[in-house]
Amino acid sequence: MNRKWVSYPYFVWMLIFIIIPSLLILFYAFTVRDEQGIRFTLDNFYKFCEPIYITVLLKSLGLALFSTFVCLIVGYPVAMILASKQFSRSTTLSMLFIIPMWMNFLLRTYSWLTLLEKNGIINAILSFFNLPRLDILYTNTAVVLGMVYNFLPFMILPIYTVLMKIDGKLVEAAQDLGGNSLTVFSKITLPLSIPGVMSGITMVFMPAVTTFVISKLLGGGQYTLIGNFIERQFIQLSDWNFGSAISMIMMIFILISIGIMSKFDEDKGGGAALW
Amino acid sequence: MNESQPIILLKDIRKNFGQTEVLNNINLYVLKNEFVTLLGPSGCGKTTTLRIIGGFETPDSGDIFFEGQRINNLPPYQRNVNTVFQKYALFPHMNVYDNIAFGLKIKGTDKPAISKKVDEMLEMVNLQGFHKRSVDSLSGGQQQRVAIARALVNQPEVLLLDEPLGALDLKLRKEMQVELKNIHKRTGITFVYVTHDQEEALTMSDTIVVMNKGKIQQIGTPQMIYNEPKNAFVADFIGESNIIEGRMLKDYCVEFAGRVFECLDKGFEPNEDIDVVVRPEDIKLVHSDTGMISGVVKSVTFKGVHFEMLVEGQGVTWTLHNTEMAEVGATIGMSLNPNDIHIMKKTARG
Repeated sequence: MNRKWVSYPYFVWMLIFIIIPSLLILFYAFTVRDEQGIRFTLDNFYKFCEPIYITVLLKSLGLALFSTFVCLIVGYPVAMILASKQFSRSTTLSMLFIIPMWMNFLLRTYSWLTLLEKNGIINAILSFFNLPRLDILYTNTAVVLGMVYNFLPFMILPIYTVLMKIDGKLVEAAQDLGGNSLTVFSKITLPLSIPGVMSGITMVFMPAVTTFVISKLLGGGQYTLIGNFIERQFIQLSDWNFGSAISMIMMIFILISIGIMSKFDEDKGGGAALW
Repeated sequence: MNESQPIILLKDIRKNFGQTEVLNNINLYVLKNEFVTLLGPSGCGKTTTLRIIGGFETPDSGDIFFEGQRINNLPPYQRNVNTVFQKYALFPHMNVYDNIAFGLKIKGTDKPAISKKVDEMLEMVNLQGFHKRSVDSLSGGQQQRVAIARALVNQPEVLLLDEPLGALDLKLRKEMQVELKNIHKRTGITFVYVTHDQEEALTMSDTIVVMNKGKIQQIGTPQMIYNEPKNAFVADFIGESNIIEGRMLKDYCVEFAGRVFECLDKGFEPNEDIDVVVRPEDIKLVHSDTGMISGVVKSVTFKGVHFEMLVEGQGVTWTLHNTEMAEVGATIGMSLNPNDIHIMKKTARG
């Protein structure tokens, strides 16, 4: 049965909202507008090679990688607990992780602002117990905290899904052949969950490296990540050409990281990841 | 049989899953080098019994001994027992070699020794040259062989097999039965085998343990189980049988189907109500005048080696197996030898 036509609306959608905008970015990135009109140039990319911009890029990549790493370290055990026999049937626990995702992303980040403020809730509690104050708002730590908090579910869910699919008999077989819990984890559970880990990493790393809301709110105005940088080119400085060029560079970085991830995934012989 | 010490001893084992009683007072011993089969319908507790021996379940009460040592709380990886799982449970991210070598690697065996042992195992299960193959590329029968090799390479004292042939087609199953039996003979490893296939149990086992609803119904050699079923459940489950209600008039004399028969059983109360078991192949087809019972043939089905006939006579529907057939509607005579009449104490059926 040929049902090709059902995909036509999607093609139209893709054309209007993905392909044309991408082409526009491409166009803007390679052009400048001056007195003589629009002309093609590579100036926008040369401009980016200046040390201050490279520093911003590296800082963004570094923070995003670190947040992804923290998400993995925190998320994997949580996914394991969720997938374990005692909890796999309890929806309550998984809902605890899913419900925050129903709330608006901005609201969630704003709430951290209230929590971390100089005279915010956390400091009020700390000073009540005569404990040292926590002044992390507008620092790296706050940005990482915000990223981990917002993106953790994207790490937990794919790992949880993969762990749930692992046949319990495989674990039993490994125990039967003499493997203690540590061996079973390192030789069976972990290798079989790599596809989930990979999609988790991709799903956390990509929004983390491009975020501008979290760094703007929790990092304070002075804090600039590549996302803020792009945003400023478009909104404040109206330099769409340079903004597009940075976006292109970012896109290339993301494509490379996806490429590395999927390669790694194939090598491990794992099943299809989330994409 | 009681002379040598049992390698596995289960004592008063009970197990519940929630409200459901799975095992009710299981007492069982397995001797060294024995091929013991746990046989019963699904849900009878045979797999749970195997899992308790393997260490994957702990009994709610009762004790399990391995070579005289109580091992109730010993984790699976510390038991000198290996399991062949129902759906093989091969590690999908490893090739055939790594699957088989898994147990040896954990024990820290050195590489040349592992390689040699894996080769031996592959030869034993007829998979020479399969080292590098991924397990996904193997057929069901080949995966089964890898699973057996993976368990046997560790030279366990006892090999547990959980319906290992359940997923194979009939022909392959028959071949594997013979092969497993050979492996058992060659290695001298004790086998505890779980199946719901009575024919498989009869073919392979030294001892059969028939289970139903969490209880052991009968333990004995295949011949004993087949010829002297202890109750109606065993008779019904092992092979086909006619089970008829009757009365033991006195020793060696039983009344059923409206007639008195000579038999070989004794030791019942006079006039005790009993169940009589007659195997379909033991009923002889004779001329209607000379038979002990006469009846009308209701249906005839060709079964390959024999015909199966349903005959109504004396208020009983008899199942007969015979290489000769009678016409449907014909009146025939049936005759029984005293040693073909098996008397069982009355029990609740099922």
